[in-house]
Amino acid sequence: MKPGMILRVALIALLLALVLKPEAFTSVFAPFAPEKGPVIYTRSSLLSLSLSHLGLVAVASVAATLVAVTLAILVTRPAGAAFRPLSRTITNVGQTFPPVAVLALAVPALGFGAGPTLVALFLYGLLPIFENAMTGLSTLPAATMEAARGLGLDRWQRLWRVELPLAMPVILGGIRLSVVIALGTATIGSTVAARTLGEVIIAGLLTSNTAFVLQGGLIVGLFAVLIHDALVQLETYLTKRNGRG
Amino acid sequence: MFWDCAPSGSVIAGGVALAAGLALGIPAGAPLRRLGGSLLGLAGLIFVLVQGASAQLDGAGDLARVSPAAGAWCLLLVLMLLMADALAQLNPGPRARAGLLALMLVALLALLWSGTLSDLSVMQEFTSRKNAFRSAALRHLALALGSLGAAAAIGFPLGILCHRNAALRGAALPVLSFLQTIPSLAMFGIMIPILGWLAAASPAARAIGIAGIGFAPAFIALVLYALLPVVANTVTGLAATPPAAIEAARGMGMTGAQRLWKVELPLAMPVILAGLRIVLVQNIGLAVIAGLIGGGGFGSFVFQGLNQTATDLILLGALPTVVMALVAAIVMDILVDLARRIPEPLP
Amino acid sequence: MIEIDRITKLYGSTRAVDTVSLTAETGTITVLVGTSGSGKTTLLRMINRLVEPTSGEIRINGEPTHTVKPHLLRRRIGYAIQGHGLFPHHSVARNIGAVPELLGWPEEKIAARVDELLTLFGMEPAAFRNRLPLELSGGQQQRVGVARALASRPDLLLMDEPFGALDPIIRTRAQEDLRTIQRKLGSTILLVTHDMDEAIRLGDRIAVMDGGRLVQYGPPEEIIAEPATPFVADMVGDAERPMRLLSLIPVSELIETGPAEGPSLAADASLREALSACLWTGREAIPIQRDGVPAGRVTLAAIRARAERHA
Repeated sequence: MKPGMILRVALIALLLALVLKPEAFTSVFAPFAPEKGPVIYTRSSLLSLSLSHLGLVAVASVAATLVAVTLAILVTRPAGAAFRPLSRTITNVGQTFPPVAVLALAVPALGFGAGPTLVALFLYGLLPIFENAMTGLSTLPAATMEAARGLGLDRWQRLWRVELPLAMPVILGGIRLSVVIALGTATIGSTVAARTLGEVIIAGLLTSNTAFVLQGGLIVGLFAVLIHDALVQLETYLTKRNGRG
Repeated sequence: MFWDCAPSGSVIAGGVALAAGLALGIPAGAPLRRLGGSLLGLAGLIFVLVQGASAQLDGAGDLARVSPAAGAWCLLLVLMLLMADALAQLNPGPRARAGLLALMLVALLALLWSGTLSDLSVMQEFTSRKNAFRSAALRHLALALGSLGAAAAIGFPLGILCHRNAALRGAALPVLSFLQTIPSLAMFGIMIPILGWLAAASPAARAIGIAGIGFAPAFIALVLYALLPVVANTVTGLAATPPAAIEAARGMGMTGAQRLWKVELPLAMPVILAGLRIVLVQNIGLAVIAGLIGGGGFGSFVFQGLNQTATDLILLGALPTVVMALVAAIVMDILVDLARRIPEPLP
Repeated sequence: MIEIDRITKLYGSTRAVDTVSLTAETGTITVLVGTSGSGKTTLLRMINRLVEPTSGEIRINGEPTHTVKPHLLRRRIGYAIQGHGLFPHHSVARNIGAVPELLGWPEEKIAARVDELLTLFGMEPAAFRNRLPLELSGGQQQRVGVARALASRPDLLLMDEPFGALDPIIRTRAQEDLRTIQRKLGSTILLVTHDMDEAIRLGDRIAVMDGGRLVQYGPPEEIIAEPATPFVADMVGDAERPMRLLSLIPVSELIETGPAEGPSLAADASLREALSACLWTGREAIPIQRDGVPAGRVTLAAIRARAERHA
């Protein structure tokens, strides 16, 4: 087995242990906990927090992907060309908005809880996916497109059989960026009362319990790194298969 | 409601300006018309806000507050986007853009200073926390710019080394992108025990202000996030130097250092600056998280506001952060353009 | 004088250049010609030590190159490459002045030299000095590339496929210009090409390389008339040989007295042109003029006899 594979398996095992059997790590985190304070976060189960955290990110990312890719397809058709400059401006300007600020600004509009977090994750998640999908769909090799037309594929067939598969690695790159940002922003979502793993870290910060901070930080960090890695692998695989790498 | 928020005359005047602005601005084509429309709409919106605020407060006590609802903010966002789009299509040169930016900032400051908006609750929040706001702004800038400087000081040499040494490149870039992946709250949190330990173990570290919470962990977390764009763009920029130019430089007897300073770095500069742009915008946003670990900055208002469900306090932190990020992005774009356009002066 | 003395370059176990020796005289153009992978570029790059030889020695005017620091050696040797390699962010003047700048010449001297070279290459200094390479045509870029290589009056000019990126018409002009400028300045040039036509047109001597070895070294006539190996014959091209040979011989060599009809040729025209004129206009003899004065004729029979001497 390659070292990368070994590391991956080890990290997954560590993550599972941290989430499912947190009490096993009591002796590891004990030095960081305040005297006589709790070492392991028990106010809610880490598993349910993880599931809620990942669920938020998944729902937001899937919705953002569907909407962003649809929009990108629309503006890369001849009929949607007029909207291309405006959509480019919106993505450029939108991405300079800090994700935390988007989350904070969603609160006055939508109140507290999972709702504003979901909306913020969705809105912010749209941008990188849309940008990459637009790049991917508008930089296809001209010869391939010409050949597809020459073969007699109609517009739908060209989109489904040629354009989307060829643009997929680039679109996936956008999804990866957006998922990584969403994982991080969801962590902060716990400050607006969404149930996420950020809760553990925030609890640690509020009670000066570094053990909680470390515990939460490690779990969130591992999730992010492993999900990022999985998406990178998928992208590499698709790029190779497309022969565009 | 919109209609009864202010004396009907001013609502009609402002509303007409707003509607006319949107009607002019929304249809595609003719960027100048869109620019004019967005400016007219903005003027109308501000007029309605101001008139509305003073009318609502008329007769109410000193503690009464009024704030625009979500609709007003959405209109503001739409108008700003229309303006940005019109400007993007007009595509002014870097100097013209710098002038426009200065003009807009002056207009914004004048609007805030004039007291026209002082009836709005965010402004009242600002007035009551002027000193805290000033120090938060300075702290936020110090975090964002300081971490940028530190990341550049570490990242440039590292990027140059990575460019020359494939093994180092293969090791450094994955580690840095791994660091970027870690969610910000986790990264800031993990810094706390590490720096706490450092402060406890070394009096020298304590003496220069390193502590488990506060400025230091926030600063270091930001530097770590900033390293990837700096190093990766330095490597990309240097790698994009035309091979024939490098061969010619070697062939004419330039030393390694001369090649780097005279040929490779100047040619890579636009890409390197683009990396710094990413870092600066990203760090202005991430510096908000510093508010959670006692690092100060606008984040302290945001999180205090979230804790107390005080919308105005949230806005007082979030709006300046957004403005700062936008200004930083525009300024860096101008610098990138300048680096791309100016030919070197003659020897 | 450049002396290449039993030079060898090994890459692993491949002999990229295999014990090559040759001497190039001062003030001449020596052309290294061969197919790709023949070792010609490696040989050229060993002269300015962009590639370090595995064994052997190169001497420039008697001084072994390995006794000089590589970057100092390179500042004394001009180097022009395919695709010109101009610095895209520097003006034409700064590009041409690059080596003098490295050598620490005073500014006025650099500026004067830049203008002198621009004029020499037929580019108006005031119009071109401040342009960026991107604002020049391909032929102009190539001329600036050669001007840059000549800027510090180097002992030696190395050229690696300098005309490779040009289209045929500009290419022929660039070759003529190089010949003229070389004669005027008396430069010593080593030029690498894969194009035998270019080698014959430019070379005082031609070195044919194959598989890392020098297979033949001599003046163009000898390469054409007496190819040392089948490979050289192949490079010259069997069908082209008589024409190539005739293109090297001036008509003045075969002038005889006698009558001839029709338009005349100058005495420095080649026998190839005379033959061409005979065939095209169906004449047996062409009148020749020297400085506008009739000097005799060249006959088809004489041209044929001259070509047959090598058959």
